[in-house]
Order: sequence, then C-alpha cells, then structure tokens
Amino acid sequence: MFYRESGDFKTSYAADQQTFPIRFDRWAIGLVCAFAFLVMPFLINDYWEKSVLLPFLVWAMAALGLNILTGYCGQVSLGTGGFMAVGAYASYKLTTSFPELNLFIVILLSGGVTATVGILFGLPSLRIKGFYLAVATLAAQFFLVWLFNKVPWFYNYSASGMITAPERTMLGIAISGPNSPPWATYLFCLVIVVFFAVIAKNLTRGRIGRSWMAIRDMDIAAEIIGVAPLKAKLSAFAISSFYIGVSGAMFFMVYLGAAEPTEAFGIDKSFLVLFMIIIGGLGSIFGSFVGAAFMTLMPVLFKNIMVGGLGWPTDLVSHIIFMLIGGLIMFFLIVEPHGLAQLWRVTKEKLRLWPFPH
Amino acid sequence: MKLTKLTAVAVAATMALGTVTASADLVFPSLSYRTGPYAPNGIPFADGYADYFTLLNERDGGIGGVPIRMIECETGYNTEKGVECYESTKGEGSLVYQPLSTGITYQLIPKATADGIPVHSMGYGRTSAANGAVFSNIFNYPGTYWDAASIIVKHVSDLESGDLNGKKIALVYHNSAYGKEPIRTLEELSKKHGFELSLLAVDHPGQEQKSQWLQIRRERPDYVLMWGWGVMNQVAIQEAANIRYPMDQFIGIWWSASENDVIPAGDGANGYKAVTFHGVGADFGVYDDLKKHVVDTGKTAGDGSNLGTVLYNRGMYAAMLASEAAATAQKIHGVGDITPQQMRDGMEALKVDQARMTELGLKDFGPEINVSCANHGGPGLGAIQQWDASSSSWSLITDFVEADRDVVDALIAEDSAAFAAENNITPRDCG
Repeated sequence: MFYRESGDFKTSYAADQQTFPIRFDRWAIGLVCAFAFLVMPFLINDYWEKSVLLPFLVWAMAALGLNILTGYCGQVSLGTGGFMAVGAYASYKLTTSFPELNLFIVILLSGGVTATVGILFGLPSLRIKGFYLAVATLAAQFFLVWLFNKVPWFYNYSASGMITAPERTMLGIAISGPNSPPWATYLFCLVIVVFFAVIAKNLTRGRIGRSWMAIRDMDIAAEIIGVAPLKAKLSAFAISSFYIGVSGAMFFMVYLGAAEPTEAFGIDKSFLVLFMIIIGGLGSIFGSFVGAAFMTLMPVLFKNIMVGGLGWPTDLVSHIIFMLIGGLIMFFLIVEPHGLAQLWRVTKEKLRLWPFPH
Repeated sequence: MKLTKLTAVAVAATMALGTVTASADLVFPSLSYRTGPYAPNGIPFADGYADYFTLLNERDGGIGGVPIRMIECETGYNTEKGVECYESTKGEGSLVYQPLSTGITYQLIPKATADGIPVHSMGYGRTSAANGAVFSNIFNYPGTYWDAASIIVKHVSDLESGDLNGKKIALVYHNSAYGKEPIRTLEELSKKHGFELSLLAVDHPGQEQKSQWLQIRRERPDYVLMWGWGVMNQVAIQEAANIRYPMDQFIGIWWSASENDVIPAGDGANGYKAVTFHGVGADFGVYDDLKKHVVDTGKTAGDGSNLGTVLYNRGMYAAMLASEAAATAQKIHGVGDITPQQMRDGMEALKVDQARMTELGLKDFGPEINVSCANHGGPGLGAIQQWDASSSSWSLITDFVEADRDVVDALIAEDSAAFAAENNITPRDCG
C-alpha cells in the first residue's frame, strides 16, 4: 500500500534504467542522505563521531571494497587487513612527504597505491581459485604487515614503529589530528563513502560489473561468451583494493590518528570485513552497509545497554557480547543464508504485494 | 527500511545511554582489560587500582572529603575499544587516564592533550613524554622504558664486573610500539659499552615463540632481555626453561615480572630476574587497612585473590599516585571538586617523599617522587627483583639505582624535539 509501483510509469529509457527504479526507494534513500548530510552534523559529538559514525563509515567502505571482489567477482580474499595497511601507510607517507597536499587527494592517491598492490596480489587469481586463492591472499596479509613492521622507511624511522596522523586542514578546518571538530571528520568520510557507494552501485549495474558476475557464476562459460578473465579479475582486484585502501587511509588519518601494523591491520580485520559482507549479503551494496553496521554498532550498543544501563561488570559484559554477537550471526545466517540484504529483499517483495497478496 | 530503522533506534539508545550527567565527585576512569590474551596481567592491575579507591572512599570518604567515582571500561588491550572507552568516559569529568597499554597511550596523547585531560602512563607509553615542556598533559613517572633498559644493562654490567665488550645480549620483544620502545636505547648502549645486540620480535599475542628460542639456543647470547606482556611472558619463560637457558641471565622489563608469568614454568623459572620501580610483597601497612575496609567488607573489585601480587601492587600504586596528585591539586586550587586541568597541575606539582609514603602505609615501597614542569618522567630509578620458585615469591636483589641519564636524557630530548616539530608544538618555558 505504501510501498508500491503502480502509477510509477517510465516513459523514457533513461527513466527505465535509473539506479533506483521504485519511487519509494528514491524517496527513502533521499531522506536518509538528507538526514545524514543536513541533520547529523548538528547532532554529532565526540562520542558519536569516534565510537559510532566514523567506524561505521570506514568499515562500510572496506565492506564495499571486499564485496566487489568476493560478492560480485567471486574471488575470496583474506588480505583486507593488509590492503587497509597499504592505504594507511600510503596516506602517511604521502601526507608527511607533501604536507600541503589536500587530504582528499592524499586519500584518493592512497587508494590508487593500494589498487596497484592489489593487482599484484591478484595475479595468482588467474591460476588458482576458491580456498587456494584465499590462502594466496592470506600471504598478502602477512607479508604486508611484516613489511610495514620491518622497513623503518614506512614509519619515518620513529622509535616505536607507530605512525601518527599529523594535523591536516581543509578550508581552514582540521580534518585529521586531535583538534578536528566531529562534524568535519564525519562529513569528510560521509562524502567519500556516499560518492563511492554510488560509483559501486553503478559499476555493478554496468558492463564491468556484469563481467564480474559472469566470472563469479561460471568462469568457463563467461570465457566462452567473450568475457576476458584477465581483465575482469584484475579489474575487480584493482577496484576492490582501491576501496579498501581508501578505507584504510580514512581509518588511520581521520578515525584513529595513530596506528601500528600488527594491531590495527591484523588478520582479525580481514575476517571482520569478510564477516560483514557475509552477514550483510554477498553481492549487495546495501548489504555492505548493513553488515558494517551490524558488526561495528552492535557491540557498542550492547556495551552501552549492559554496562551503562544495567551496570553489569565489564568483563562479564564483554564475554556476553562475544557470545551474543556470535549467536546473532548464526541466527541470521540460519534464517537467511544470503544475508541481511536478502532479508530486506524478501520484505520488500512482501511489502509490494501488501495488503493484497495473491 | 526496516533495518535502517532498527539501526536508528539502536543508535538513539546508544546516545541516550552515552550521556550521563556529572555530579560533585572525583571521576577516575579505569581502562582495564579483564578479557583476552592480556587479561592475566590486566586483572590484578585493575583490581589493585579499584581496591585502593574503594579503600579511600571507605576509610577517608574520598579525597579531601570528595567521594571518588571509578568508572571501569573494558578495552581488551585493543586500541579501537580504548578510544571508545576514552570518548565514552571523558564527558563525565574524568580526571586522569591510565590505559595500561602503550598502543592506547599513543592514541590518547594527542586527543587528551587537545581535551585538556592528563594521561598517566606509569612506566609505559611514549618514553619521550618525560619531557614535560613538549608533552604538557602526559606523565610517565616514576620511570620510563629507556630508564629500565639502561638499568638492566647497568645490572648486567655489574655482573660482568663492568666490562660488556664483546658480550652478546638478545632482546625478545612484543612486536608492537610497546616492545620496540627500548630498541633505540639499547642500540645506543651497545655502542657505548661494546656489546652485541640481537633483536627477536614476537608477534601478538605471543603464544608462538619456538623459532625465536631456537635462535637463542643457537646463538647462545650471554643475556636475554624481554619486553613482553600477557601470555607472551609465560610462554617465553617456559621456552627459556625448556632450552635450559640460565634463568639468572634472563631479565625482563617490569611488565614481564608478575607471578602469573613465572608460576606456570614451575621450578624452571627459578632465578628469573626483572627490573621494577616499586617494592614487592604484601608486607606493607596499607594492607591492614585494605583487609579491614575492603576485603572483610566484601568490596574487592575482583575475587580478592590477587592481593600482594606484583601487578596488584602496581595498580594500587597507580591509584595512590593519582589520589596524591588529586589531593595536591585540591591544595593548589583550594577546591574539592577539581577539574581535569587542575588535576594536571596537581600531577605536575606532585611530591611524594618517604615520610608521606610511611603515612600512607607504603614505607619503602618505592623511591621518592618529585614531578616538575620539565620532568614528567620521575626519578627514573629501578631495582632488580628475582623470583624464588621454592617460596613462590619475588625479592629485591639490588637497591634502587639510577639510569644512565646521559644516554636516556639525550634520547628523550631528541625524540621529543622530533615530536614537537612534527606537530607544531612550541615547547613550554619551564623556567
């Protein structure tokens, strides 16, 4: 009744091919974006910025990247943490070598550097598949973290091997460093994430995205109908690594401000992002966001309810959260093996028929 | 948009719960870790920290008549959770942060400085924060990693009757900011004394050290130093015992020297040494009060099994120094309910002499502390403690000795100058 297509006529090819064909969807997304851009900056405080919104945006970006590679192109990767480290260290080296460079450009260039590294580590995907490829990308994860620990050039020879984001401003407002206002860092990340989410959505609807999906569904058949596996797989690795690199750069420059490779970009980060896209939904842009929200916001929410609200001991709570999140993951995957995005898709179908299901 | 709504509700609930109004009390956040691979070390420290504040509340009604409110937040030794803890507690008027993690300390150095809240990284964190002219809000008294490294080398040199030329020293370290911290000092010292330094990194969490100890077995260094934390300590001491490395030539940092680290290795750990900046055991007057006001009334933070252990003592010591600093701040500013900025002034003017220590029931527990604007690193004294497996106890085998100030101070000046240049900080004039 509220969610319907009747009366939503398309009179041109452009209208028929638009990103969101249902008017209600367009309205809903428009409202969410308007709220995120116009209202949220006025409500935000330090806690919201550092504990809720920035982690969500950063991880959503990483999940988008991995979803392109794993969800759309079918190449399993366990190197996400390592690629995020490449993005972070690239942004650190760039911004300390060229302090006057605009932070937007620094972050995009870091994405570019990561894309190059991603292509390099994507080369084995032309020969190996599935679990074997996962192991090859696992090697990337360990190699990259080892590299950033081992070579002092990457951390500018600091005594502890720690990298610290210097203050960088844009239009006179600090974006990185301790003096940055919460709304500025939030808007900075939001602009990047929304922009690249739209790009990703359109990439996956276009020729290149269809070639990824063809490779994912059956690579030999795809090859026969004329999809070049080399181009499809390597472009997926490049674009996915670009996204992950940008997310790593934001993670370090804007969100944390200091990082060391072993802890910030360890193997657990690779698994975290993989879980996000599995929970959210493989091969879904919306799923990347939902998965990132689930994995980053749930623990914070539970912690606030149990410690802040109920006053339980902190160690007990952290154990309960561990079990609760694990239980929820199992519950959602049993109820809907294709992730939360599929749950939403099913709901959407039901809503379109409601209140007169055939 | 069902799920988005769900998230929105969740987020709204977080916000409602995240803001609690502050009242007239002294807030001491405890960024503890009672879970994860570092919990064996995190729990006793957190218990000691909490119990001492409970004692002050029960016995004295707080500090200067103002009650203490301690907020505990679980970090799991994880920097992102540490940041979340910092952001969620700073609005409550938190007076000082003691994250017990070098990684989290590095995160908090710029943030806390911008927010005007002091950080006390007691014997950890960024060593060059000892230079108060550059790091106005960061304190690491009573000693730093570089002091510790130099004190260990001094002890080793004493054992070798002053000549370390051509000796081999290996450092087994946690491959993180924490573990890498002493390397620069040890390199300087190796140049000065002519010993050969080899570095062996152990990755988080440190359960896998076979290859490192194989290398030690092959190279047979004369001494092995360790910068470890959490399960890494136990594993290293067990591995050392397995290859029959002479334990009295195996010397740890003060964070690699708790009962939890040596007991699993049994008799094999006998003779293991470590540097420390405070006394050991439960033979102090304060324990009578703790027993009376906290243990017997059932108000202990943990299960009460950690009293008198090394890390419990250290947690208690951290709380004691914090409360003394708060009392100093109250005196300076003449108010009871102090702000974080006033707390900072109190920390910078902190003086704890032996008379005061005796009054607090901690006679001869540690060296005198005298913080100043220029020196946030404290006296930098350390003693060597040794483990006796048969009686399951630590004992101090040396007096508190001074670090090699020539080497350490030069490095602190160099590193803090680099930090100041990188972050456009003009060092304060400390007169």
